Amino acid sequence: MSIRFEAGFALHAVRGRDSVDISLEVNGTTHRFSADPEVTLLDALRERLDITGPKKGCDRGQCGACTVHVGGRPVLACLTLAATVRQPVTTVEGLSTEDSLHPVQQAFLDQDALQCGFCTSGQIMSAVAAVRQDVQDVREFMSGNLCRCSAYPNIVAAVEQARRADATV
Amino acid sequence: MRPFELTAPATVEAALAAPGTFLAGGTTLVDLMKLDVLTPQRVLDINDLPLRGIDTTDGLRIGALERMSDVADHHGVYPMISRALLASASQQLRNMASIGGNLLQRTRCTYFRDTAVPCNKRVPGSGCPAITGSNRLHAVLGTSDSCVATHASDVAVALRALDAEVRLVSATGERTVPLAEFYRLPGDTPDVENDLLPGELITEVVVPRLDWAARSTYVKVRDRQSYEFALCSAAVALDVRDGQAVDARVAVGGVATVPWRLTEVEAALRGAPTTVAAFEEAASVAADGARPLSTNGFKLSLLRRTIVRALSELTEESR
Repeated sequence: MSIRFEAGFALHAVRGRDSVDISLEVNGTTHRFSADPEVTLLDALRERLDITGPKKGCDRGQCGACTVHVGGRPVLACLTLAATVRQPVTTVEGLSTEDSLHPVQQAFLDQDALQCGFCTSGQIMSAVAAVRQDVQDVREFMSGNLCRCSAYPNIVAAVEQARRADATV
Repeated sequence: MRPFELTAPATVEAALAAPGTFLAGGTTLVDLMKLDVLTPQRVLDINDLPLRGIDTTDGLRIGALERMSDVADHHGVYPMISRALLASASQQLRNMASIGGNLLQRTRCTYFRDTAVPCNKRVPGSGCPAITGSNRLHAVLGTSDSCVATHASDVAVALRALDAEVRLVSATGERTVPLAEFYRLPGDTPDVENDLLPGELITEVVVPRLDWAARSTYVKVRDRQSYEFALCSAAVALDVRDGQAVDARVAVGGVATVPWRLTEVEAALRGAPTTVAAFEEAASVAADGARPLSTNGFKLSLLRRTIVRALSELTEESR
């Protein structure tokens, strides 16, 4: 276990807890590493694997900026312990191919569905699920992704465009 | 988050053999561990246990590890269950959170979630700042001088209306407990929230068959239209024949310390016409015995009106 220097943690660090072996399949590549059990999927992706598309907004499961797919379903990486992940992970980096953006990514560009962009990768991961599930109430489905720039009308327009463009995303 | 030991038992027996805190979806546990509200030494990831499946052959049986989104989407669940689940949290959280964990979720009282302030639920005997403090979101029913925190689950309200039971297993055996007895009023021990014994695990939620609950709904009133906890909610079912209510189920959330059944309102509805006036008459007793705090008195009228709206929506739908 890594040594931490915040007050109150030194004893735990000295006493130590067993780290766990973690195997994560992310965007088609399997990564194996050892980490403390408290490492979240979000921290594992960003700090261990340098996959920084998923963003740390609130780190409390409230903002949706860390949304990734596990087993094809959107979840919050900040409330998921990395060691408990059993199914393949897809982040925003796994959506596009070398040549082309994913239709939902293209729709976000076309509709100007962002300002600062911090929430965008999470928005897109939820939007992909919205299109795949053909949800009728886009605003309700996307309510777990906050946008402090308030690009909501354009985000909804992007989801609608992606849904029209390609039913097989 | 404090360091802890993590294991993933493969069988129920193994999970029960080692003391620890069970982790299913983690949406409550990991959140509260980050806040240092919960500091387990040992966490048992139970997601390998065979506690899945939704069986609708006679009533409804839901494996404790079924995710909220899967239960909500299942064609065989009563409308009030599905609607309560879909009104909960966000789609990401519903993909994560288990039905068993949902029933055990902790209150959203901000004092409970803040280790810098007293809370009788978190530190017994330390006091309750909510009683004199910021209490607009707090309970008016089932409260005590020790605690006024609401129970946060939506689906538990629907399950309470439907007389659901939870199946529990421990190292010493199995038992089944109705939700009516499962949840404990805070009284002098608000830290004890339910009937679970240390090391005991919810394996299944059992909902008795109630065919007329096909006409049921869940109405949730909140500060935001989506992704917010209830100010007040109502799970209602009506058995209507010839314009008359023959039977009814009514339970409410967001206003009480436990999922709250209103049998007096149900009794008043039996034999009543399905008119708004009759619904208002029946709902007039809903807040009897309520103890409003300094800033949540609005919940008394909101409670009555939420019930009326839910009943009205239910009868309008079928016309």
